[in-house]
Amino acid sequence: MPSPDPYAVVEEAAKQTYIRALKLVPPDVKAALRRAADTETSETGRDTLGIILQNIDIAEDNDMLVCQDTGTVVFWVQTGHDCALNLADVEAAVGRGTERATIEHPLRPNAVHPVTRANTMTNTGRHLPAMHYEFPDEAERARLGLAADGLRLTCLPKGSGSENMSFLKMFVPADGVAAVKRFVLECIVDAGPKPCPPTIVGVGLGGTADLCAALAKRALLRPLGTRNDDPVIAALEVELEAAANELGIGPMGLGGRNTILGLAIEHAHTHITQNPVAVNLQCWAARRSSATMGADGAVEYGF
Amino acid sequence: MTRSNSDERHIAFPITDLDALRELRAGQKLRLDGTVIGIRDATQIAIFDRGEKPRMDLRGAALIHTAPNVRKLGPGRYEKVCIGTTTSARMDRFTRGLMEEYGVRAIIGKGGLLAGSLPVLRELGGVYLAITGGAAALETTQIEAIEEVEFEELMPECLWKFRVKDFGPLIVAMDAHGRSLYEEVTAGARETLAGIVERF
Repeated sequence: MPSPDPYAVVEEAAKQTYIRALKLVPPDVKAALRRAADTETSETGRDTLGIILQNIDIAEDNDMLVCQDTGTVVFWVQTGHDCALNLADVEAAVGRGTERATIEHPLRPNAVHPVTRANTMTNTGRHLPAMHYEFPDEAERARLGLAADGLRLTCLPKGSGSENMSFLKMFVPADGVAAVKRFVLECIVDAGPKPCPPTIVGVGLGGTADLCAALAKRALLRPLGTRNDDPVIAALEVELEAAANELGIGPMGLGGRNTILGLAIEHAHTHITQNPVAVNLQCWAARRSSATMGADGAVEYGF
Repeated sequence: MTRSNSDERHIAFPITDLDALRELRAGQKLRLDGTVIGIRDATQIAIFDRGEKPRMDLRGAALIHTAPNVRKLGPGRYEKVCIGTTTSARMDRFTRGLMEEYGVRAIIGKGGLLAGSLPVLRELGGVYLAITGGAAALETTQIEAIEEVEFEELMPECLWKFRVKDFGPLIVAMDAHGRSLYEEVTAGARETLAGIVERF
């Protein structure tokens, strides 16, 4: 039997990961929502979390979208050292898969020109889907279940309610770590009810302005409860996560103890004069789905 | 208005008495029957900034901030795929026009209108009703049909008439008496934050 065209496999996997991300809430997020429902003290908050959990079940049982916002489509491509695929062709295949999902399902088209607001009707366009590329080392590949000759696609269709709540601040060394902590919490308060709390908080720390913002988004790929491998950063994650849940914003911003489901920080070294911080919030309907492919064309779907 | 059980009231829209919602109080739970009208950023920009008047009668209407996923069946005919609610604050500046010029009395959304809309609600007897954002699968099952579509050129941000039954639960989050649950929660969060920052 001839082996399948690998770019056709990537195209189909891109289509499926986009649709799966819109229909299935990742198991770590579901578990966190159940814990939130068990611990919520506000009656409105408990009712709201009950509706959220009921909604997830309705979507799963009836093959429906969890949320109507089909998002701005963002993909990560992770390849092993021996992956033979041409990344330019992979990128084109991901674009075709996104278009096919939009037209064939059908999904709401969201991609518009920033000035004319003309809608492409395909959820693709100039620089869309937003693409990120990573080349994980052997240890990371083992964690991901990615073979040396394999490729992993992760789709994060980002809802606008939470993406509109994105923040960047260029701190300087004299501001200290206290300014970083304060800023992250201020962002959560400023966002208030708008990003559909309980949210997941992605924080980028260090790097340059562009890298810092990308790291904040990258933090949202980490399953809830996982910690940064740098113990200094991990301690900051724990401290900020607990502090955010003291704020009382609660489910859908109507009050309660569950304001966030988790907080992850991705960091980079930065310049001696600066300390950039970016915050990218993710709504409770955390759309995230992945496909891992081997050189034989076999595809395994996950989150 | 009828009372179905101790804590959820049913209201049929459109309402005929434009003062009927003044009796609602922040924190009350509701379910809606009848019709709700879907509207979005681009629709309101067309109506208010470009002066394109809608044909649909919005008197006594409940609007919902949405742009749905739909499947086209034929000219002007669509069936639902997924219908849910978007963030309201972006469209705050249209509240007065909708209520004063067009007679809208209820806006359904998530995340709230801004504090500046409270005087409009008070003056005209309007309410803001909070739905659980992101819970679109549930919402879709409560929408019986798409009855009418206008501004189709703005797809998906058209003016949509939905027939609904037991739509909700919705919470009166901003009432005609100057109360906003969002303002109260945010004020509390700012006070708590000031205390937390002391520890850093």
